[in-house]
Amino acid sequence: MASLRALVGCKRVIDYAVKIRVKPDNMGVVTEGIKHSMNPFDEIALEEAVRMKEKKIVSEIVAVSCGPPECQETLRTALAMGADRAIHVEIKGEEYQGLQPLAVSKMLAKLIQNEKVDIAFFGKQAIDDDSNQTGQMVASLLDWPQATFASKIETEGSDTLKVMREIDGGLEHIKVKLPAVVTADLRLNEPRYATLPNIMKAKKKPFSKMSSEELGVDIKPRLQVKSVVDPPVREAGSTVENVDELITKLKDVGVV
Amino acid sequence: MATTATNRTLAFLTSSPSLSFIRSLSATPLLRSNVKISDEAIFTSEHVEMRGALNKLIEKEINPYVDEWEAARSFPVHSVIKKLGEGGFLGPTRDPEYGGLGLDYSYSIAIAEELGSITCGGVPMAIGVHSDMATPALARFGSDELKKEFLAPSIAGDVVACLGVSEVGSGSDVASIKTTALPKKGSDDLVINGGKMWTTTGTKADWMCLLANTREGDPHRNKSLICLPMNTPGVSVAKEIKKIGNYSSDTAQIYFDNVVVPRKNIIGEEGQGFTYQMLQFQEERMWAVASILLPMERIMQATVEYCRERKAFGKSILDNQVVHYRLAELETELESIRSFLYRLVGLYVAGHDVTKLASMAKLKAGRLTREITDSCLQYWGGMGYTDEVPVSRAWRDTRLLSIGAGADEVMLSIICKLSGTLPK
Ligand SMILES: Cc1cc2nc3c(=O)[nH]c(=O)nc-3n(C[C@H](O)[C@H](O)[C@H](O)COP(=O)(O)OP(=O)(O)OC[C@H]3O[C@@H](n4cnc5c(N)ncnc54)[C@H](O)[C@@H]3O)c2cc1C
Repeated sequence: MASLRALVGCKRVIDYAVKIRVKPDNMGVVTEGIKHSMNPFDEIALEEAVRMKEKKIVSEIVAVSCGPPECQETLRTALAMGADRAIHVEIKGEEYQGLQPLAVSKMLAKLIQNEKVDIAFFGKQAIDDDSNQTGQMVASLLDWPQATFASKIETEGSDTLKVMREIDGGLEHIKVKLPAVVTADLRLNEPRYATLPNIMKAKKKPFSKMSSEELGVDIKPRLQVKSVVDPPVREAGSTVENVDELITKLKDVGVV
Repeated sequence: MATTATNRTLAFLTSSPSLSFIRSLSATPLLRSNVKISDEAIFTSEHVEMRGALNKLIEKEINPYVDEWEAARSFPVHSVIKKLGEGGFLGPTRDPEYGGLGLDYSYSIAIAEELGSITCGGVPMAIGVHSDMATPALARFGSDELKKEFLAPSIAGDVVACLGVSEVGSGSDVASIKTTALPKKGSDDLVINGGKMWTTTGTKADWMCLLANTREGDPHRNKSLICLPMNTPGVSVAKEIKKIGNYSSDTAQIYFDNVVVPRKNIIGEEGQGFTYQMLQFQEERMWAVASILLPMERIMQATVEYCRERKAFGKSILDNQVVHYRLAELETELESIRSFLYRLVGLYVAGHDVTKLASMAKLKAGRLTREITDSCLQYWGGMGYTDEVPVSRAWRDTRLLSIGAGADEVMLSIICKLSGTLPK
């Protein structure tokens, strides 16, 4: 089975540990000067591809990121973790502000066809916009089967994946015929750290850059963002002296 | 009465910031986060990538346990060193033949700086002693055999190293050490007698880079650095020293009673130990400077946020000009140390002897950390004097910088010596 070609989507997002701040104009969140890293679910997807390569199921891993020049850092991480090649689809400024899952999916689908990919790995969602759409849209654009929220992946024969999915109230086991789209859930694996020797080796791996025009994809936004606001702040409570006072207070607000 | 007391307690609690608020501070972005590291003169995108990978390891394998280790006055040095070794973080500059990557010293400095994201001083210090203080002379002057036996497994993280220079009677005055390692008649062995003091990781390390007198005579030409396996009969831990800070790291007093090692365990040339140690100190000092940059930024950032929330006399503490001006002053000083360090590392990488500049930077860094932690602690008021906040730990831990790796006064005397201003 060692001939499978894998593509992994690696989105650059605001680091999970950073406190998100809404921009004063309420049209997005502050991204300048903020620590970014690879979407954690994409890291899991990449780790799975690398493990399949180590087991000689996958022969080549192409990492892709669509976005500003800084995405090259994300792709470098991917190469250091074990991807063989990286493709950066550069999208800058305003265009990137308005970039939506459908446009990204179209670009990815195009690359998947160009690269003759057998398995496309994505994170189940990106932790910035939490859209949870890209994997599914890519599958439908290509008319491929999809196994979303994968928490375990095994191969069966030369053209089938057995995937365990986490669903409400339990686990679901499905089989998908290749080529297919798989999206990674949190418990699929624990991604490795890039080691310094691999970081240095990554420097020599092929890295290509292209534009959305070269892919022939129209990336104009189809959705319009009206406003972005902070979630409501939890109001401070107050301390009561005794049970009687508590009951009075509860009665005042009409909950008892 | 009872009610009044309770009321006062409650009033105290509500007017003090909640612990969860204080804890949340450490996760906030740093002051400098908008400067791209790869735009700094000595760093490249590989340095950035490497720091990112190391940071992940720290956030996952080290920081969640730091409070526990500090309380236990001990941390699992072998497993931490192993994880760092697997990541390739313990010997980037060393020869690939022994597991290194043959990179220049800027990589070691980038690692030292990133180790500053560990939320205490003891753990990074033990790591630094292992990777950058006990091994430079071995890597540079050691025989192939010694490097295979001691350097390669240290780089891989399979064994842990310590450095035995200071003694009960000699700290600043390294040349005056009393420990001897003299030829054993009729054999190719050395017999070691004496003892070491202040040995970081001394209770747990697998081998020591030991400075000892290998003959009589001129104290600058009678010493050698020796690789000493700590399980050799006659090596014993006299005591573990209780300290005011760096709790996670153990500090030991060690005795040597007729300890026998082969003569071939001498690093490089016999009699050159003092010179090698002085060279080895350059890297130790640059490492020490790099290691305080992030902790100081973090403490200042936490102080800004605390003072912004904390109100007195109808405004935030931060709104007092004396406070925000002072913090601005300290931030400026810290950035000048960073610039100094980067310049110094650039020169070192280019092949210059940086003894004087490294001593200057270490002197400045020691003094500045004392000022920063003291000023910041002051602005936290009573909270600063508790064990609950990061500023008090930083204040305790970083006090060492003006003492260890050569005290401030020793740095001054080196600078004077190299400037030719010492009285003849
Ligand atoms: C936590 C910790 C960890 C350490 N780890 C190690 C280790 O792993 N390996 C190791 O070998 N050592 C280690 N040390 C020892 C450290 O390097 C020494 O403490 C340091 O060099 C100072 O030596 P001393 O303590 O003997 O002070 P002393 O030499 O007694 O000096 C005391 C003070 O006198 C003053 N002084 C000294 N010389 C002069 C001078 N010429 N002019 C003016 N004033 C002067 C200075 O203010 C100095 O602080 C460690 C120390 C500590 C506290």
